[in-house]
Amino acid sequence: MSATSKPKIAFYWCASCGGCEETVVDLAEDILGVVAAVDIVLWPVAMDFKYQSIEAMPDKSITATLLNGAIRSTEQEEMAHLMRRKSQFLIAYGSCAVSGGIPSLANQFPREQILKFNYEDAPTLGNGGSKTRPQLKFAEAGREVSLPELHNVVRSLDQVVEVDYYVPGCPPTPNLTKAAITALLEGKLPPKGSVLAPDIALCDECSRKKSKPTNLSITEFKRPHQLLADPELCFLAQGVVCMGPATRSGCGSQCTTGNMPCTGCFGPTSRVRDQGLKIMSSICANVAPKEEGDIDKVLAGIPDPIGTFYRYGLAKSLLRRKVNLPANGK
Amino acid sequence: MSKEWKPRIVAFFCNWCTYTAADLAGVSRLKYAANIRVIRLMCSGRVDPQFILDALARGADGVLIGGCHPGDCHYVEGNYKMLRRFQMLKRMLKDLGIEDQRVRLEWISAAEGEKVKRVVNEMVGQVQKLGPLGIPEKFEEWDKEMEHFAAQVAEKDAASACACEPQGKPALATA
Repeated sequence: MSATSKPKIAFYWCASCGGCEETVVDLAEDILGVVAAVDIVLWPVAMDFKYQSIEAMPDKSITATLLNGAIRSTEQEEMAHLMRRKSQFLIAYGSCAVSGGIPSLANQFPREQILKFNYEDAPTLGNGGSKTRPQLKFAEAGREVSLPELHNVVRSLDQVVEVDYYVPGCPPTPNLTKAAITALLEGKLPPKGSVLAPDIALCDECSRKKSKPTNLSITEFKRPHQLLADPELCFLAQGVVCMGPATRSGCGSQCTTGNMPCTGCFGPTSRVRDQGLKIMSSICANVAPKEEGDIDKVLAGIPDPIGTFYRYGLAKSLLRRKVNLPANGK
Repeated sequence: MSKEWKPRIVAFFCNWCTYTAADLAGVSRLKYAANIRVIRLMCSGRVDPQFILDALARGADGVLIGGCHPGDCHYVEGNYKMLRRFQMLKRMLKDLGIEDQRVRLEWISAAEGEKVKRVVNEMVGQVQKLGPLGIPEKFEEWDKEMEHFAAQVAEKDAASACACEPQGKPALATA
């Protein structure tokens, strides 16, 4: 059933959870239209294709690759380069590929600490305390096999290869995915480097916008599990950290509609360089006290500022990573 | 970095108090370390935390912010906004591995030329002791792990390019 004239599309995943793959399936019946219009040439989560087949394809013969996940290992780096070479358009799909996502919170820790915990100290380990670490190379009977190596730094896709378009979200919503694929197929693409989502803050489409106070004066921060949130009142007015003011819209404000605050997965609008600092600046400037000690008491209600404000974008923040970590850790 | 290293400190001074104080220090011929580059803003409340980290990310070794004393802000509340941000920023900088003494907030009124001198000299001394922050160099160093790999890929590509001519197109189409 091969139709050579159909555009070729690839889906690939790197350091991700698989949620972005779900979104493709979330297109529901619309996916049939996509499948009818394109040839899928690679989609490891759902279909059996070999990397060698991709390597054998002429360069730029894939119309577009939607790549999700951060780049965290040599294998992912290699695949990012391969897909870049074989694709006319490389699309960073989902928060991890766009800005590092949750995996990039690992940029707060040295690689050795991460490996040690996961292979030696984690309470859930079932290997009887053997402290076995994966070896990069292993030779037996004259043959050598190798495993990918974990990088010291988690990166967004565009910190490794050139990216043409960005589709943000954790995961991107089906409406954005459909719009992106449609734009691709119809050749109606915005300028290179664009984020394929509206360039305005989430508050703009949030149903709670009218209750957003002009003058916030926060006396206590509450985390979502610490209160029964009013389903209509602006979260900031309830003392809940909501990333909406510093986050791109386009998700249909699903979280705030579901009575949960925005956690910022769509990343910043084009005018903002560092989403975490911007929302920190806005929210913290609006706490009520004026004395250092009292201010600190209120701000203590945000126990993990990096995890809160940089939840999806530490890799793309101004500093990218905790700056005193080793560049090549044993 | 073999030459004698001197700290570079970016200073954001508010127009109404601290910048005027720096002017006063100049007019009074007070001498202070020449390591600071002053940027005048209308208010310390205008200091976006992005300015501070951007300065560090581009090679500054420290950032000094100067505003009016509490209660004296020309815009009434601006310095409080800066103070509140600063309290959280300090925690974030700590988590990101940047020493406390590299980013400092001071209230300096238009009459306190002497304080400009003291604060600048003190800070330059502290940062001098800490040594260079060198974030642009760190960025380069971090990315070396990819240079190493890029070389491997190039090698592999060169090897496979001569080994096998492009094979026939495999059947890739899907149902």
